[in-house]
Amino acid sequence: MSAQRAVVSLRGVSKEFGRGGVVALEGIDLDVRPGEFVSLIGPSGCGKSTLLRIVGDLIQPTAGGVSVNGKPPRRAREDRDYGIVFQDAVLFDWRTVEKNIALPLEMTGWSRERRRTRVRELLDLVELSGFEKHYPWQLSGGMQQRVSIARALSFSPALLLMDEPFGALDEMTRERMNLELLQIWEQTGSTVIFVTHSIAEAVFLSTRVVVMSPRPGRITGLVDIDLPRPRGNETREAARYAELIRDVRRTLRRGGGFEVDEDTSVEERLIAAEEGL
Amino acid sequence: MATATAARVREQAPLAERLGSWARQAALLLSVLAVLWGLWELFRWAGEKTSFHLGQFTVNDRTFPHLHDIFGTLGEPSRRNGPMLIEVLWDAALVTAKEAAAGFALGASIGFLLAVVLVHSRLLRRGFLPYIVASQTVPILAIAPMVVVWLGGRGLPSWFSVAVIAAYLTFFPVTINTLRGLASADPRALELMRSYAGGRLAVLWRVRIPTSLPFVFAALKISATASVVGAIIGELPASVGGGLGNAILNFNQYYASAPDRLWATNLIAATLGIVFFLAVTLAEKLVVRRAPENVA
Repeated sequence: MSAQRAVVSLRGVSKEFGRGGVVALEGIDLDVRPGEFVSLIGPSGCGKSTLLRIVGDLIQPTAGGVSVNGKPPRRAREDRDYGIVFQDAVLFDWRTVEKNIALPLEMTGWSRERRRTRVRELLDLVELSGFEKHYPWQLSGGMQQRVSIARALSFSPALLLMDEPFGALDEMTRERMNLELLQIWEQTGSTVIFVTHSIAEAVFLSTRVVVMSPRPGRITGLVDIDLPRPRGNETREAARYAELIRDVRRTLRRGGGFEVDEDTSVEERLIAAEEGL
Repeated sequence: MATATAARVREQAPLAERLGSWARQAALLLSVLAVLWGLWELFRWAGEKTSFHLGQFTVNDRTFPHLHDIFGTLGEPSRRNGPMLIEVLWDAALVTAKEAAAGFALGASIGFLLAVVLVHSRLLRRGFLPYIVASQTVPILAIAPMVVVWLGGRGLPSWFSVAVIAAYLTFFPVTINTLRGLASADPRALELMRSYAGGRLAVLWRVRIPTSLPFVFAALKISATASVVGAIIGELPASVGGGLGNAILNFNQYYASAPDRLWATNLIAATLGIVFFLAVTLAEKLVVRRAPENVA
């Protein structure tokens, strides 16, 4: 794979906060190919959100080279090459669902008519048709997050950056959102970089899991997820799924960071019990 | 879908329900008024009965007029063969209201613009904020005559000086609260705007100002009543005839013979303040769209 063809290419990226302060990231090399679904996993404070923000040109790396869609990240940001979703939906209370989704389009001067058509399509995609005129605070947490995903997809960006998007949701909603996200990913063909600290979620969603170590954040392993697609509820019961979860867990433990207990899902706990952890 | 029905429940209540809640609110206010009235008269009655006194202070018609006398005097002529007191005070209230409204508009605009400028520069904030605070520690009574001298004789109507004095009291809470509101934008909302390549102006218009609105309205409520006080005080040195300030000064001189009139004037001044406050509250209801739990 050549670096030119990668959607995101990171070479020796490091980030230090403050003068001689905390080293959040050290020597990160990573290429994300078009259409990939890459999860970044690691314990709290391993710099995975920082890495995502560097890709999005929301913060600057201290050292190293970054290219997004073959451009410097700043150019990519100004060209609206990516959409971003945070852990909280970050919707504007004073705008209806429709207007929240249309905000990025409004800012680039799309006509009212065009915006309306696009918002319809997006609401359809995230299964929220009929909620155009609702205000964010009239929706449940899962629905709010779907609005936020629709907003990130408004430009049909080639790249979707997601920072623990389902971290604040309950387990049932989270599993449903995982399925929906996979459907959206398959329909749109975008490349996704997904930050999470749930091993099960990372394995279920990804084509590749990037395992990171705690401070300073380094990549300690890459796990290819060869589970068949389309993935569904039966995937979670497959033996291979459990195996891959174990692989990721072992890689995490080798990296010296095993503090993921705060978000352990049911499967993870069952598997952990089997292994006598 | 279960989530959809849950969401519907949180929509606005039907009209009948809202009318009911207004009726309850009105009943509550009237009951509180009745209780306060009762306490006033009870204190008066008990004070006279026991010849209560505190130093020079005793309870009698002069210090504690009956509330019905205060209301009653509104319907009596203000001077022999003159118009009723309520008519005189109504005209005075209109004069003061004009000054206060102009002062409020001026002060609120200046206060808001000042905050918008200051939020963008740490240097200006650090340089100017202490002086803005200092401006409010100078008593308004010391400023008022100077404003009148500066602005007088420049072809400006004399009520404009009063409006400027009212504005002086109005701008401060607006600046401080707006500054706080503009700075309280969610950092991730700012990141989001950055990801859309939005500049300072877009961030200001689409994020900071809408975020600040609940703060701004909290300040405007304070300023609304302050502008009425500012106008009344401003009338004294500005020698603007016909305002409530003049009425207060006037009835103060005749307090010994007709205490009810000063009390009645205070009542009208208070009512004017309440009207200003309610106007801001109404505007807030129309402008600010927030989750019910985030509305003060």
